[in-house]
Amino acid sequence: MKKTLACLMLPLFFWIAGLAHGNEARPLAADPVAEARLQALSAELRCLVCQNQSIADSNAELAQDLRNEVRKMIQSGKSDTEIVDFLVARYGDFVLYRPPVKGLTLLLWGGPLVLLAIGLFALIRYLRRRELQAEEAAPLTTEQARQAEALLNTPEPKA
Amino acid sequence: MNKFLWPLAGFLLLVVLLGVGLNLNPREVPSPLVGKPAPAFELPQLQAEGKTFGPKDMQGKVWLLNVWSSWCVSCRQEHPMLVEMSKQNIVPLVGLNYKEVRGDGGIDVPADPADEMKLARKRANGWLASHGNPYVLSVLDNDGRVGIDYGVYGVPETYVIDKAGVIRYKQIGPITPDVLKQKILPLVAELNK
Repeated sequence: MKKTLACLMLPLFFWIAGLAHGNEARPLAADPVAEARLQALSAELRCLVCQNQSIADSNAELAQDLRNEVRKMIQSGKSDTEIVDFLVARYGDFVLYRPPVKGLTLLLWGGPLVLLAIGLFALIRYLRRRELQAEEAAPLTTEQARQAEALLNTPEPKA
Repeated sequence: MNKFLWPLAGFLLLVVLLGVGLNLNPREVPSPLVGKPAPAFELPQLQAEGKTFGPKDMQGKVWLLNVWSSWCVSCRQEHPMLVEMSKQNIVPLVGLNYKEVRGDGGIDVPADPADEMKLARKRANGWLASHGNPYVLSVLDNDGRVGIDYGVYGVPETYVIDKAGVIRYKQIGPITPDVLKQKILPLVAELNK
């Protein structure tokens, strides 16, 4: 009895499992070039739901929808710029992992260079000052020279 | 003395910066749609079967578009407030039902769009019957395509649209009493002048 029940349940199980995948986006196996473009594009786009994943990585439903949308646009012959503009018009610059250089993002792009410049400036100033200090330092007196010599020639104590 | 104060000052600056950063909400993404015309659509209505609705039908009115769904948990948070608001007849509220069937895990989506529509109507109407219906009407966006045009990435979202059909404000996530009182209602009053 149990066995018969299990035999009856098994096809049901596979049917349900098959159902779950019924709606997933089918990759464009027929058009590898378009699929490669979709991959490259969606890796540059941020998924709005799980913000630290790209649309290519994310399994969120919105990411799937957007991949389908991008796929459709590729099929209809839109250029990469047009596709990116389409998404930016809806979700803002935030969807781009590479935000455009403009007033608001100037600090983001220029910040590291500014920090580097500050660091270099501080380093040069420090080195100069050290050089000056070395030049200004008075030469040793004979007494100091003798002491130094004595210290240097003392044999190291054995441990 | 100066030598020791500089690193301390740097440290405090860093603390302030990180403190501010921690208190920002990364979910609040400024919408590029504010100030732009509300994207056009023509979707089937939930209650009046056979009828459609589009933003152009509201031309000349200030109105709110609220994205909702029966599977959306945080919608329940704002819903009683919307019901309350609708009783006062302040502003017409249109519901955009987002992916009623597909959004709910997507495992029981009927293959036939007509069946999906039937199921969506059943679930959406059932939810409104038990939670109250604050909407003058709702439309069904089963595949979420209109949602993409409106930059929806988390339900609920609410748009304030002016008489000329321009989006003036977008609320991402549930409307809180503060947001309603301090932002949405004053904006509606101003736009209605």
